[in-house]
Formats: sequence, structure tokens, C-alpha cells
Amino acid sequence: MRHELLLAVAAMLILIAEIFTSPARRKSINLFAITLFAIITIAGFIPVKPVGALFGGMYVSTNVATLMKNILNIGVLLILIQSVTWLKKDENADRVSEYFMLIMSTLIGMDFMISAGHFLMFYIGLELATIPVAALAAFERYKNKSAEAGIKLILTSSLSSGILLYGLSMIYGTTGSLYFYEVSRLFTGSSLQILGFIFFFAGMAFKISIVPFHLWTADVYEGAPVNITSFLSVISKGAAIFIFVIILYSVFPVIMATWQKTILVTSILTMTIGNLFAIRQQNIKRFLAFSSISQAGYILVGMIGGSQLGMASVIYYILVYIFSNLGAFGVVIAISNATGKENIDDYNGLYKTNPRLSLIMTLALFSLAGIPPVAGFFGKFFLFAAAAEKGFYFLVLVAVFNTIISLYYYLLVVKAMFINKNDDPITSFRSDFPTRSALLICVAGIFITGFASVIFEVIKEISFGN
Amino acid sequence: MNSGIPLQFFLILATIMFFVGVYGFLTRRNLITMLMSVELILNSVNINFMAFNRYLFPHKMEGMFFSLFIIAVAASEAAVAIAIIINIYRRFTTINVEDVNEMKY
Repeated sequence: MRHELLLAVAAMLILIAEIFTSPARRKSINLFAITLFAIITIAGFIPVKPVGALFGGMYVSTNVATLMKNILNIGVLLILIQSVTWLKKDENADRVSEYFMLIMSTLIGMDFMISAGHFLMFYIGLELATIPVAALAAFERYKNKSAEAGIKLILTSSLSSGILLYGLSMIYGTTGSLYFYEVSRLFTGSSLQILGFIFFFAGMAFKISIVPFHLWTADVYEGAPVNITSFLSVISKGAAIFIFVIILYSVFPVIMATWQKTILVTSILTMTIGNLFAIRQQNIKRFLAFSSISQAGYILVGMIGGSQLGMASVIYYILVYIFSNLGAFGVVIAISNATGKENIDDYNGLYKTNPRLSLIMTLALFSLAGIPPVAGFFGKFFLFAAAAEKGFYFLVLVAVFNTIISLYYYLLVVKAMFINKNDDPITSFRSDFPTRSALLICVAGIFITGFASVIFEVIKEISFGN
Repeated sequence: MNSGIPLQFFLILATIMFFVGVYGFLTRRNLITMLMSVELILNSVNINFMAFNRYLFPHKMEGMFFSLFIIAVAASEAAVAIAIIINIYRRFTTINVEDVNEMKY
């Protein structure tokens, strides 16, 4: 519970702080908010008795949930640090505290969602995690694209939660309860329940952007401000996947064969279509959007086994994915802040002018592609191992082929930076301290999560512990 | 307590409302109308929850509470959506989705 309480207090404090600062000193709220959030992140790791239930079992705190919240906190901290430069621009300076308040309330929603023990708590958390993000996507109200991204996000997400709720109402009608443990006990797998489950799956698939329901992703990612795009692709997606794994494993174990088939088809579609569309993208944000769709496909491969190893590998992969994707987005943010350029062609010859940025980008893309020395390889390895353990060899084969396709388009960006010639390259610039430190943390994270096997051991131990 | 109307009637009504909502969402081109279609979907879910609760599980109030929360959340969703729609009207001077298409595949 401490995550949610601390976040709520911090969000209020930031709003109050805005009242007491003169408009000239508004920018100091950045430092205040990030310090507060860093304290929350550290406080999340303090080992206090985390297991228990509140509100008559609607809120359940477990070791796994605490671990997931801590991982999300790390990601959000990195995003907040990365967005300082953007927030210091004159056109955003009057809404700094709103930005932090909205991000923190989103995170509260995700925390409640992860800890839910009842579908009502899950639904409220889900909505609290999506509605503020729509406001954030439309944050740059002086830009047409931003407003368009906002409306696309809010309409698709409300449609998807409507579909999800319709499924929940069927599950309620057949089981008579909405508590996770009672639903799993009373679930028999009758046709109406399976129909309800499919509606539920479709609603969640919208949130995770699994392929038949992915059409909003690219547009929203392109239109939203870059740091919100990274938030959407890493934190929103990560939180939705966490709760999806928990619900699939703990509420629907009875119809495991059914959801394994569903996941088998959707994950193959997600990986393949995400990869094929990524190849032809010109805008780097759209490119990363499709890459994140295909990453969701790989994560589905890890989930399919239904084993505790699957849960551990998914959590570990999200941790790795946070560092890798935020590394890539950090470079995009730095370049977008300095020059406003967002096309892959603009990156031609980047190595000549900004060698360090292009090295970080290369490293992050290698990690996303899963090339051995960096963390992404181990993440993918555990995901595929979890699926292979349960005998899904064909799926693993498809996933490995897709990794090869993804290598092609990740290397296209690397080639643009290192080999392609450009008469008018991005000029050499030096980013400010927050951007650089966030990038450094990402690089360190990419290496440490890969090489320190103790991290995976800890995650595995915690996910087997429950 | 059963007033004579069978449970199926409510479920059929909810199903019709749900699909009318989905159809409206996919075919209407006005952003406000699309928002109304989403409200229709959410209200059909409310009817479902209420009917199930009253007919099948009258000793517990879970369905009633769920629909109360759905109403509240739908209101906040509509508030944010309408704020964004107003912003879109200022930027594009239209709320027709066909014209709000700066980004395409």
C-alpha cells in the first residue's frame, strides 16, 4: 500500500507547491518533483511486510506485486528525468506541475490495478491508468498532432474498456462473484464464460496493442510528445502486461487450453505484423511504435506456458525492455529537443557529429533485437525457454524467425547512423545534465540486468514464492 | 420480487444496445456521436450487471456497485474526451474524424 499512499501524497504536494512558487520560479518544481519521486522509488525497495489484504480482499499485496511496482517506479523515474529538458521549454513552463501530477496519478492507477483482488478494483485502476494518459498525450495543445493523438487514445481506450466490461458482466452473470479467487473457483468453462473471456481478452489486447487491436498505436505514438510516447510504450504496456499475466494465471487457469490457443494465434500475428510494418516506417517514433508492438508479441510467447517460469521471464523481460526502450527513446528525445528532427533519414551520419549518442542508440537497439552481449538477449532467451518448456516449439521457431526480421530493421537505423552519408547532418550538440544522466542509467541498466544473473534469480525466486 | 419480466429480455436489450454502440462507434464520423456510442456500450454493461444481480444473486450487491462505479468512470472519461474534442475544434475548426487525419499509415 505504501506505493499508492506515497504517490498520492506526492501528487498533492506538487500541486500545493505550485501555489507557493512565483511564475518565475516554476521551473524549480522539476527538481522538487523528481526528488520526491526518487524518494518514493527508494522507499518502495525497503523490505516491510508486504503481504496482506485490504478492503475485504479487494486490494491484495503480494511480493510479486511489490516487485512489479518497483520495476514500474524505476521506469517512471527515468522518464521524469528525461522529460526535464522538454518541460523547461517556454510553451510548457506553465503546466509543469500538471505533468507530474498526471503521471503520478497514472502510476497510482497502475499500482492499484496490479494489486487488485477484485474486478472492480482492477477496472478502476485500469481507468485511472488510461484517462490521465490521454490528457498527457494531448499535452502539447498548440500542436495538431498532439490533439489528434489524445482523441484517438481516449476513444479507443474507452471502447476497449467497454468491451472488457461486457465480458466481465458475462463472467459475473455465470459465477456470481467478482473476487479473483471466487471466480477462479467457480469458473467451469461453459460457453458463455468463454465468450466473456474472449471479450475480456479483446479489451486487454487493445491496451497491450496486440495485433488485431493495434491500429491506434502508431498514430498515438507519433502524435504524442516524445516522453509520453516512451511512457506509453514502456510503462503503460508493462503495467497492462503485468496484470494480464496475473489474471490469466490466477483467475482463468481452468480454461488454460483455450487462452493458450488464443495467445498462440495473436502472438504470431503480433510479432509478424509488427515487424513487417516496422520495416517501412520513416518516422522514428512510428518505427519504435511498431517495434514495441512486436515486443508485445515476444512477451506473449513467454506468457503462453502458464508456468511460474513464464511469469518470471515476463517480469525480467519488462525490466530489460524498460532500460532498452528508454535508452532508444532517450536518444530520440535528446535529438528532438535539440533539433526537432524525428525522421530516420535525419539520423544519417549521426556518428560523425554525435558519436556517443549513436553508440547509446546502437546499444539500445541491439538490446531490443536481442544480440548476445546485452540484456535483451537473455530476456528473449528466458521468454522462449519458458514457452519451449511447455512444448510450444512451433511458436518459438516463429519467434526466432521474427527476431531475425527485427534485426534487419534495427540495423537499418544503425546503418543510417554509421554508414549513410549526409550533406546536412544533425549538428554536434551537448545535452544537459538530466538527459545525460538518464541515458547513462539506461546504458548501465542494459549491461547490469544482462550480466548480473542475480537479478533474474531474485525475480524467479519471488515469482515462484507465491 | 420478480415482476414478470424474464431475465432474457434484459439481456437481449443489453446485447442490442452493445452492438448498436459498436456499430455507431465504427460508422459515425462525428467525434461527439462516437463518444455517445461508447456511452451506449457502457450503459448496456450496466443493464447486464443490474439484471444479473437482481435476478440471479439478489443477496449480494456487487453488480449494483459495479454499475455505480461504471457511471462515475464514464463521466470522467467523457470529461477528458470532451476537453480534447474542444481543443480539436480549436485546432482543426471541425470535429469530423475524416478531417482529423494528419497521421495515416
